[in-house]
Amino acid sequence: MRQIILALLLAIPVSATAEVRVFVCEPEWAALATELGGALVETYSATTALQDPHYIQARPSLIAKLRRADLLICSGAQLEIGWLPALLQKANNRKVMPGSDGYLEASRYVLRLGATANVDRAQGDIHPQGNPHIQTNPHNIVAVAREITRRLSKIDSINTVSYDKNLISFLDKWRAAIERWEAVAGPLSGRRMIAHHKSWVYLADWLGLEEVAYLEPIAGLPPTATHLSRLTNRFADGGADVIVRSPYQDDRPSEWLSERIQVPALVLPLSVGGTDDATDLFSLYDAIISRLLGAMHDV
Amino acid sequence: MRVDSFSGVFLTLLVFIPGAVVAQDAAALAQKTEISALRAELDALRTDYEVRIAELEQRLAIAEQNAEQNHGASQVVPAPAPPSNSNAAFNPAIGVVFQGFLSGVDGEPGEEEGFAVGETELIMSANVDDKFSAYLTAALAFEDGESEFELEEAWIETTALPAGFRARFGRMFSGIGYLNAKHAHTWDFADQALPYEAFLDGRYVDNGAQLRWLAPTDLYFELGGELMQGEGDPQGLGGITVFANLGGDIGADHSWLAGVSRLEQDAGQELHVAHIVWKWAPDGNWKQKNFIFQAEYLENSDLRTDDGWYAQAVFQPVPRWRIGARFDSVDLEADDPSRSTVMLDWSNSEFSRVRLQASRLEAGTTTENAWTLQYIHSIGAHGAHTF
Repeated sequence: MRQIILALLLAIPVSATAEVRVFVCEPEWAALATELGGALVETYSATTALQDPHYIQARPSLIAKLRRADLLICSGAQLEIGWLPALLQKANNRKVMPGSDGYLEASRYVLRLGATANVDRAQGDIHPQGNPHIQTNPHNIVAVAREITRRLSKIDSINTVSYDKNLISFLDKWRAAIERWEAVAGPLSGRRMIAHHKSWVYLADWLGLEEVAYLEPIAGLPPTATHLSRLTNRFADGGADVIVRSPYQDDRPSEWLSERIQVPALVLPLSVGGTDDATDLFSLYDAIISRLLGAMHDV
Repeated sequence: MRVDSFSGVFLTLLVFIPGAVVAQDAAALAQKTEISALRAELDALRTDYEVRIAELEQRLAIAEQNAEQNHGASQVVPAPAPPSNSNAAFNPAIGVVFQGFLSGVDGEPGEEEGFAVGETELIMSANVDDKFSAYLTAALAFEDGESEFELEEAWIETTALPAGFRARFGRMFSGIGYLNAKHAHTWDFADQALPYEAFLDGRYVDNGAQLRWLAPTDLYFELGGELMQGEGDPQGLGGITVFANLGGDIGADHSWLAGVSRLEQDAGQELHVAHIVWKWAPDGNWKQKNFIFQAEYLENSDLRTDDGWYAQAVFQPVPRWRIGARFDSVDLEADDPSRSTVMLDWSNSEFSRVRLQASRLEAGTTTENAWTLQYIHSIGAHGAHTF
């Protein structure tokens, strides 16, 4: 009898209770928090990689999740300005209010590209504090990882040693991965890219890709026929090697242009889960680079 | 001949001397151009290097800070810039929403026809300190040949209460119903739904205090209540409201919100509201395609009991364009007006919208057809919209 009870007890999965509830705005930060927190954290992402993070409804479900969060991680630089303030106001959770240890804007800890003092909305949906899509350069991940670890240690100081250990082992793996990516991505240097939106400036900066044009006439506005035909004329005789878009962006503009200027159009995962093969942070970069290399090989 | 040769020499001189001068000038100019080009190049290099040095310095600073944090040597908080998603980014955030109409009604010409500048909303908000935030909306209107200034909302709200509580005091749009707290520029139609017009003169706005509590559950559950100045009690505190909201997601595509609320005024009014909102977007990717359905039922008891309701649907098939339809109706003592409305709107960006709306109102034996062309444009900081 006793043996049976013991067997039953052992069979029950011992679910390690998470110490820190992490609410993230974009899935890449959930993936990173999981790498750094392991079983000590429980993550929830407000968006999936199939959603445009600029345009999210401040849904009741998100407010409810944020209510119980201990740490909030978002890209920042005004990427979520259309909805996060509404969540923060309604979630009644002082632990994650701006200025507290539980409020982390990842873009504050990296060198942001494209920051401008010129904030005229005639230029479209620009972010004066710089481009917020910082996750496309793995070196940025290093800086954010350190900050997340620092915050986890503050919020859950009992487990500081575990968090530090996790950070060290993650950074070892990550640095090795960066070396590998930089080695295989060599042929991408100097290649010319047309992007749907300014989502890839950090990737371009990292791998030496050249962003020659955007499908959006001005940032944030959907591509127009006039602008696309202008691009057709400009790149009809070469000048571009690839057209890229994110999974949540309309496929028609890039496919239309691709057909006319005979340049491959690619979907690149902008975050974890954007494509089937991008299942964690490591495979995210694998997927981006292998897709770009594949397209270049076709040319 | 002599004359000719002389004139020839003269001509030659005439031709060559300026030519030589020109040539000399050209050489000098070329030199100058080269010098200025070199200078420009040098300047460009210098700026380039300055920018790069600045970048590298920033990188170094970040790296150093990271290293410090890594070794736990120092706990210096990096980057003094304010959090960019918070209201503190602008101090205070100031925005203005412009609205205007061009409308027509068939039948008797009335004051509602022609051009009109609707309420111009002036919105200001900021965190007061680490425990309070403040919000102000003033509506500037021009009606009956006069400029009007109306204080719509002016409240202080807590940001640091424990246990999921939040308190607000001042002048505010009450939390009852769904449409009640929505500002006019966020409406999906050019006018307010009939039951709100009939029972609340548009909406319930009053001076008082509000307390909300959000349950610590995955299902969104919010309770709230207000103590308002109200009407009827000479000592004030003549209005009391209570409301409860429930909401959640169904998969990634669907989200919903439902609620019930009650308003009681000492003057004798008793109002009950039930509302439901359902939103849909494929994969939850709102920008490309979305659909909103909402409906509310209002029951108002004063001297007698009346009720009213509306239901509306708005569909955005492609970015920028939306179509919508609404049916609203109230059951009053005198007559029971009901209205059907359709609208089409186009938004160039989140900050500009143009709308065309047509409606047919039936009340008793009369029918009135109306159309409206409306614009809504906003400048400055614009707060995030609630669900």
